[in-house]
Parts: sequence; structure tokens; C-alpha cells
Amino acid sequence: MNLFAILRAVGSNRLALFGTAAGTLLILVALLAPVLTPFAFESQNLPLRLRPPSAAHWFGTDELGRDILSRVVYGTRISMSVGFSVVLVSSLVGLLAGSLAGYYGGWFDEALMRIVDILLAFPGILLAIALVAFWGPGLEKLIFALVSVGWVGYARLVRGQILKVRELDFVRAARSLGASNARIILRHLIPNIIQPILVQASIGMAGAILAEASLSFLGLGVPPPLPSWGAMLNDGRSHLFDAPYLVLFPGAATMLAVLAFNFLGDGLREVLNPRLQSGSRIAR
Amino acid sequence: MRPILKVENLEVHFPHPGGVVRAVDGVSFVLRRGGTLGVVGESGSGKSLTALSILRLVQSPGKIAGGTIWYASGSEEGTAESDLLAISDRAIRQIRGAQIAMIFQEPMTALNPVLTIGEQIREGMTAHATLSRREAEARTIEIMEAVSIPAARQRMKEYPHQLSGGLRQRAMIAMALAPRPKLLIADEPTTALDATIQAQILDLLVRLKEELNLSLLIISHDLGVIAQIADEVAVMYAGKIVEFGPVAGVFGSPLHPYTEGLLKSVPRRSASNKSARRLESIQGTVPDPRQLPSGCAFHPRCKDDRGDICRRAPIPVATLEPDRQVRCVKHG
Repeated sequence: MNLFAILRAVGSNRLALFGTAAGTLLILVALLAPVLTPFAFESQNLPLRLRPPSAAHWFGTDELGRDILSRVVYGTRISMSVGFSVVLVSSLVGLLAGSLAGYYGGWFDEALMRIVDILLAFPGILLAIALVAFWGPGLEKLIFALVSVGWVGYARLVRGQILKVRELDFVRAARSLGASNARIILRHLIPNIIQPILVQASIGMAGAILAEASLSFLGLGVPPPLPSWGAMLNDGRSHLFDAPYLVLFPGAATMLAVLAFNFLGDGLREVLNPRLQSGSRIAR
Repeated sequence: MRPILKVENLEVHFPHPGGVVRAVDGVSFVLRRGGTLGVVGESGSGKSLTALSILRLVQSPGKIAGGTIWYASGSEEGTAESDLLAISDRAIRQIRGAQIAMIFQEPMTALNPVLTIGEQIREGMTAHATLSRREAEARTIEIMEAVSIPAARQRMKEYPHQLSGGLRQRAMIAMALAPRPKLLIADEPTTALDATIQAQILDLLVRLKEELNLSLLIISHDLGVIAQIADEVAVMYAGKIVEFGPVAGVFGSPLHPYTEGLLKSVPRRSASNKSARRLESIQGTVPDPRQLPSGCAFHPRCKDDRGDICRRAPIPVATLEPDRQVRCVKHG
């Protein structure tokens, strides 16, 4: 199925369409944050602490009188950049490790799969917490910690898919024409397994956003005053009853982002796998 | 002139609990430059493995366990002969496609579903030479026209699933021939196709062989295909060549009881004898390769079984007339 056909199929799938629309919106918000925000995310206005939503501060103000709307909008930047970086690096690492293991087999495959088993047996978020606690706070360290946990899923998926396609006739045909191993992996195998990886990446994006929020909630994420949705939830925790808008908006933003990418992933899965499709829509 | 390919004592083994399966066992044959050699046999006779061995494409756990495959590259006197089983991995990759190409049985699965036909035809060309985009495209169209794919310019942008079985097989032939090989190995090239398309593909192979000065090794279980296209034939049974010779001789007066049985099991209507000849079959089934019968592996199914002598030891090759060879005690 080529790109155009995928796009058309996405357009006819409600889940995927919602995911695409919401995801695009979030990315636009992240990119345009400086234009969209009425206030600087770190500028404090102590006389205006804990104000409910108003015409000047649509989402209200927090404990330090900072504009919540501006912080939620800038928080989108953090969420999206962490999400994209984690998914990109994890999937590249997983693609490399998984395809080498699946294609060549042997001791490398054995060793890699044992590492994957061990990492998967561990609760991922716990491992990420341990790593961040060990390395200290910081955006890059947070990303590294999530990648360290995240690549294994891709590696296992890729390995399985490679095992499935590497025995197909066209691989032998390519080899009979003098293709090298690298060429076979890059040009013949990976393009054939990219669809399930796209699905996994989309769902992984949701996971990474949630993981970043969790770590920031625990104070292990991005250092203040950078606004992270998770950190904002933590800040608002003590005002849950007197100023619920402190948690309402970052919470809703987190939910929207996670749902968007989960829906996109589920929708892509349906679109890319005709057997899961209901009704008469046929996608080749 | 030296033969383009000389296979000597080829052995392909598969490990199994309790020993090895000799899937190809001491196969030797010669392919003349410009000639067409057909290899026939039932499934499991080792014919495809023999073909795959030439390009060292036998997949694990199968292993080429012995023998030599002399390939003489070049076309004039200054030929360089090399043992394909002894050269480096890098060197064999230079041979694949550029010197010896292969086409496979299933045109559906032998084409990559995510690459366009044009991209796949370019694959073989660009693996061996750097070509500009325009050159590559021109050659792609040229080769697609040579294999009679209509509307080549349009077709090359299409994906395999958009093509019919016959066109896919043509595309695969184009892919194999694009790097301009000297020897083409066709492994059951028509088996997956309709009868009418089969004939077209065979005609195409014959024409291309003449036009491009190819030598052809064709593997088939279909005696009709071999009779139509080959000038020499090797009959394989249980990993061994049991009979070798010119097609007319072997099919006209078979020496080995297995060849004879194969020929009698082909439905045919002769002009002289309108009343249908009774169709014979070879009794029994292909033996389990893990437990081949002793001596001549064919003896349990042979109607000329001569008792002890067929069971005692492997039957040596007997050469009758200058160009006929057979492994049977009848011709010892």
C-alpha cells in the first residue's frame, strides 16, 4: 500500500481521523507557542495568585500568579518534543537491533533477546525513575531514560517481523541479483515491515507523553520553571478543592494528547490490516 | 569452446537427528555455452537445490558439502574459469545477477510488494554499476519491451499486485536479465501460470536466449516444458542424476526405467493411435530422503528390478554412445 492509499484510508477511518486532527493541532500549538501565549510562561504576578479563569487569564493563574494557558501551551512543547524524540530514537535503536538480530540470528540474536526479556520483565516506568534518579534531572536525561526503556518493544517487534519476511522469495530473488545484506535489510526488508512499526510508534508516542508527565509529576522530569503538564498537576495537587482549574487544564491536555496518539495508532492498525476492518471498506 | 558451467560431484546436505540427508548427492553435469539444459525430476529430487547451489543460495540448515562448480566467464577465448563454491562471498555477489541470474517459480512472492516494477528491475542493474537516473530508466523501458510488457513506461510505475500472473513473470524475467547475465537459471518458470501463459513465457525465454546469447538452465517437473525448450536433459531422482543426454535421445528412447516411467505417465494423444493409450503411473512414492533404499534408490519402484545387484552398492554411471549417460545395471 503506498502513502497515498494510506492517507485516503486514514481519512475514512474515524479513529485515525480524530487522532490525526488532534495530533496535528497539538503539534501546531507546540510550534506556535510563542505566538499563541498571551504571557510568558515563567512570568510571575503574585498579586494575581490562584485566580479562576477570566477574560485576561482564560485558564486562570497558579500559585505564583503565572498564566495557566501560557504554561499549558508551552507544556505542549515539552510533551511533543519528549514524545517525538523518545519515539524517534527508540524506534531507530529498535529497528537497528531488531533487524540485525532477526536477519543474522545467532549469538547476537540470543543475547539481544535476553536483554529484551529482562527489560520487559521490569516495570518500565520504575526503571525510568531509577535512571533519572541516578542521572539527575534534565530534558535530555529524561529522554535518554525513556529511550533506554522504550527501544526494547520496537526491537522485539522488528525482529519478529524480519523473521517473517526474510524467508520470502523476493528476498532470495534480490540476493540472486547480487544484493548485499545491507541492501536487503534496508531496501527490501524494512520497507515491508514499516506498517506495524508505524502503529507501534503512534501508540508509543502516547506512552512517552504519559511517562514524561508521570516523571514530571514525581519531580523527576524537566526542571522548573519549564512548564510540564505533569509538574503542573503536581503543583495543583494541594489546591484540588479551592482551585481545581490548576489541575483541570493540564490534565485535560495530557488526556487529549494521549488519546489522540492512541486513537491514531488504533486507527492505523485498522487501516493497515484489512482483516480487522468491519463493513465493506477494503484497503489493500 | 569451453562449457560455460561444469558441475562436478555436487553435494548438498541437510542435518537431521541421526545423520545427514544427502539432498543432492554427487551431481555432475556440463552446460555448453549457448546451450539449454533441462533438469527434470519429482519434488524433492534435488533439482531446485542443484540450481540454488550454483549461486550459493542454499538456505540454512542446508549446506553445500562438496564438489566444484566451474563457471567460465567472458565470451571469447580469454575466459576466466573460477570455482563458484571456492570464491569469496564478495566475489560470488559480483557473479550473481551480472553473470548468472535466476528466475523463480512464484511470480507473486518473488516480487517485492512495496517496490514498483521499475524500481525492482533497476535493482539488479544498480547493484553492479552506477547509472544515471535517465540511463537506468531508459534501460528499464528497453528491457521491459524486450520481455513484451505492454505500455512499459506506465507499467514500471505500478506495483506487483496491479499486474497479472503472466506480466509478473515477465517482470521477473526482466529483473533477472537487466544486468545482462550470460547464464540464466529458470526454476520452474511456468509452473504457477495458466497453460496459455506458460506457452507464451516459454516462447519468450527461447527468443530472449537467442537475442541475448544466453545459456539456459531450466528446472521443471514438466517433461513437456523440457522437451519444448531444452537441447539436453538431466533426469534426477533422490538427489542423483540417473540419466543424461540430448532431449531427443532421452525422451525418444529412455535408458533408465525411471525416465521411461516418467514419460509413460504423461498424457498424450498420438496421431497414429486415436484410441487413448492407457496412462501408466510409477508405482509407490518418492522415498524418504532420510532413509533411502540401498544401492539404486529407485529399485523399490522399478519394474525392471533385478534383485540383489540393484541393492548391493550405488550404481556407477555408464556412458553409452558418446553423449548418453545412465545409472542403471541394465546398462552396466
